[in-house]
Amino acid sequence: MSETIIPTARDDRPAGFQAVLREFWAYFSENRGAVAGLFFFIAIILVAIFADLIAPHGPNVQYRDALLQPPFWQAGGDSRFLLGTDATGRDMLSRLIYGSRYSLFIGCIVVSISLVVGIILGLVAGFFRGRVDTFIMRVMDVVIAFPSLLLALVLVAILGPSLINAMIAIAIVQQPHYVRLTRAAVMTVMTKDYVTAARVVGVRSPRLMFVTILPNCMAPLIVQAALSFSTAILDAAALGFLGMGAQPPTPEWGTMLAEAREFILRAWWVVTFPGVAILTTVLAINLMGDGLRDALDPKLKRS
Amino acid sequence: MLLYLLKKLGVIIPTFFGVTLIAFIFIRLLPGDPVLLLAGERGMSEERHAELMAQFGFDKPVIVQYGIYLKQLASGDFGTSIITKKPVFEEFATLFPATMELSICAILLAVFFGLPAGMIAATRRGSLFDHTVMTGALTGYSMPIFWWGLLLIIFFSGILGWTPVSGRISLLYYFEPVTGFMLIDSLLSGQKGAFASAFSHLILPAIVLGTIPLAVIARQTRSAMLEVLSEDYVRTARAKGLSPKRVIGLHALRNALIPVITVIGLQVGVLFAGAILTETIFSWPGIGKWMVDSIFRRDYSAVQGGLLLIAVIVMFVNLVVDLLYGLINPQIRHRE
Repeated sequence: MSETIIPTARDDRPAGFQAVLREFWAYFSENRGAVAGLFFFIAIILVAIFADLIAPHGPNVQYRDALLQPPFWQAGGDSRFLLGTDATGRDMLSRLIYGSRYSLFIGCIVVSISLVVGIILGLVAGFFRGRVDTFIMRVMDVVIAFPSLLLALVLVAILGPSLINAMIAIAIVQQPHYVRLTRAAVMTVMTKDYVTAARVVGVRSPRLMFVTILPNCMAPLIVQAALSFSTAILDAAALGFLGMGAQPPTPEWGTMLAEAREFILRAWWVVTFPGVAILTTVLAINLMGDGLRDALDPKLKRS
Repeated sequence: MLLYLLKKLGVIIPTFFGVTLIAFIFIRLLPGDPVLLLAGERGMSEERHAELMAQFGFDKPVIVQYGIYLKQLASGDFGTSIITKKPVFEEFATLFPATMELSICAILLAVFFGLPAGMIAATRRGSLFDHTVMTGALTGYSMPIFWWGLLLIIFFSGILGWTPVSGRISLLYYFEPVTGFMLIDSLLSGQKGAFASAFSHLILPAIVLGTIPLAVIARQTRSAMLEVLSEDYVRTARAKGLSPKRVIGLHALRNALIPVITVIGLQVGVLFAGAILTETIFSWPGIGKWMVDSIFRRDYSAVQGGLLLIAVIVMFVNLVVDLLYGLINPQIRHRE
């Protein structure tokens, strides 16, 4: 089991999944930033899960008596609304708490779609080579020729602006990275003796692809998944900001920023907090991604 | 080298046709009747509708439309904007210098600060400076730049009142564009205060657009430098008794710069994507804002032409970077 998870596995290590995890943690925990990122990320997950319990108000409840109220520490603030209220009297803190659900949801869906489709296309391209390979890779070249946000924007314009369509568009735009990575990893693994051995024994293609080859290609894909999780959140927020992602009154952070834009010089808090939420979440995931890369890919270690 | 060039072209030509196909198809898939959109709320007669459909070629089979489209492209015709009735290429060419000026300033800022920061961080690995630079770079890399732009506006325009909020230059100044670059044109015009005005309009958008490239360049420079510093020839140079300055400046830097230059070249796509957000926030009259506006106006032809022209520019720059890289580093040429 251990040999199949990390391609660079050495023979003298103790076997078993637990041992693999322990070694992984030993490398991962060396990077203090990565550990901090991990804890912050777990905190966000908990906030998203228990949003109903934590949030002091509903995300869309409008308090008509408290429009654009500043955070509690500023003059005119109210301890009912810790981070103030927006232009329609909705509690900022509650909206931010509920917003974490959307960001995590976006990240999960985008990464799942692009990981699954990317792995299949990359496996097929790297395994069969020839015309199939050329065709898949040329299509990916075309996708990557467009600046990602522009292509996502145009895709959403076609599909219609909504959160689901934004996620589909972002998943398509991120596809080439997964396909290229999988293909490159597959081609490296294909030259290994154990693949030849499996072939000689008569293992059939699908089993060879998914059972023999795929598990040995996972390390770079896991790192890519972590990094594209954060890109997905950023891109979805950008689309929301441009009015092409989640639609008001959804408390998605980018959409909140778009709504707050006109109050930019009057109420700093409606602009500042959603951005802080995006930045810290993305930063936490990127810190984690760096740690993952160091732990899973010893060749890149300490570079 | 010629073989390498041909190989690269062999990849880029099918990609080019793929890009035209996508630009063509996407626009046909957009919702809404372009002819009705054109007429606004007034409505129109059946005959007028059919007439306009024929005029734009929307009545022909799709494959014929694509053929016509390719033929038009070959003759340099990128379509006519449905809204402004001007050739798309002309609109693109008028707005492009604004985006170009912004992008060049952004990348200059990024290189000017990112390169030394990455270098010093590598030579003082593990120091406070190193940690600060790396934390800053990761923060910049994680930055939602549209929000970053809003923050800068709040601080520099709102609180300090130093910089204007939108546009390229104050309305007080007017001069004919010579280069299309406001910084240069304002100097050429000789009008007092024109350059200062252009500069104050440019600085915030340039910082916003340069943030991610700056972070990427700093990180890349540091890791390339670290790799080179552990090479045998650097150790040899040190052992020979060369001064650290000479070792780093002469031996290490040159080799470390190769991957860094590639990364800088590959920022073109990032810059275009960033320009969409930056120009929207600062009402910068460039390609990015024009694309967003065109999408919202459902200006089929403008989006189609813009999409294609941007992709071609990105492809072209990437090709040049590839070729330069192959020229500097022969190993790359002979790889599969």
